[in-house]
Amino acid sequence: MADEALFLLLHNEMVSGVYKSAEQGEVENGRCITKLENMGFRVGQGLIERFTKDTARFKDELDIMKFICKDFWTTVFKKQIDNLRTNHQGIYVLQDNKFRLLTQMSAGKQYLEHASKYLAFTCGLIRGGLSNLGIKSIVTAEVSSMPACKFQGQRVGNWISPANIH
Amino acid sequence: MSCPTHRRPEYRKINKDLFVLTYGALVAQLCKDYEKDEDVNKYLDKMGYGIGTRLVEDFLARSCVGRCHSYSEITDIIAQVAFKMYLGITPSVTCNNSSRNEFSLILDKNPLVEFVEELPAGRSSLCYCNLLCGIIRGALEMTHTTELTHNQTISGGHSKGPFVQEQAYFY
Repeated sequence: MADEALFLLLHNEMVSGVYKSAEQGEVENGRCITKLENMGFRVGQGLIERFTKDTARFKDELDIMKFICKDFWTTVFKKQIDNLRTNHQGIYVLQDNKFRLLTQMSAGKQYLEHASKYLAFTCGLIRGGLSNLGIKSIVTAEVSSMPACKFQGQRVGNWISPANIH
Repeated sequence: MSCPTHRRPEYRKINKDLFVLTYGALVAQLCKDYEKDEDVNKYLDKMGYGIGTRLVEDFLARSCVGRCHSYSEITDIIAQVAFKMYLGITPSVTCNNSSRNEFSLILDKNPLVEFVEELPAGRSSLCYCNLLCGIIRGALEMTHTTELTHNQTISGGHSKGPFVQEQAYFY
């Protein structure tokens, strides 16, 4: 879909813009990642609100993660998450073997050191989406060979299900 | 497995929301980073330029438009094909002078501001949609259409349904 091109280009410009105006160094790199992640967070919150306006209530945490992996991921990245693993104690690993934001970059190990910059926004996106569904989390990403990547979500605290609110 | 209790959300609309919301988050971040409106506007224009130089390739590949022979043709294509393709709207085009090298694109319905209530206080000269100016500028430069200046005016105070006017001066 044509819209996708616009978003991909905007995302790439955002990443290069954030890094261009920053200096070199570990601390600066961390700040840039945080900036991108925070932007993703805002967007994730807004998106999930629009998305779940008319959907039925989620039964449990796993239901929410499945929603993220199927419907959410398909709408945003045109495909589902390929693999979801969990330890049933609040840690979820979402694996995407052909992540849309990395396919144009390389197929393999080239530019691996830059991959994290292009994943920060999406980590925020997931964290924002989960946050508005009652799950406070920490989301990180890991790439070993592009364009495959893994997003790890760790729940912080307990899930506040609507049923628990009186 | 079908879920009869779920009503299917509009996927296409939400996909467009992704761009609009991301843009909003970007502008909000820029307002935090830069105090002066001119700096934010300049940054958005520069970003748009970078996008435009690449977007034009995508556009030409998708749209199969032929060679244009006049500036008014170019402006029509931008309004009727490009804007429609990427933002789902068709701005109207007016020509501003008799030598036919100055045009205005008027957006009655601007999807970029769908979730914007009003500009933050003290940001009255912020050109919220300046990215669009940069995109057009970048795209035109890549197709070797020299553009002298390009600016954007937004009339109608608050951002709720602003009336955006972009003026392109061709050289």
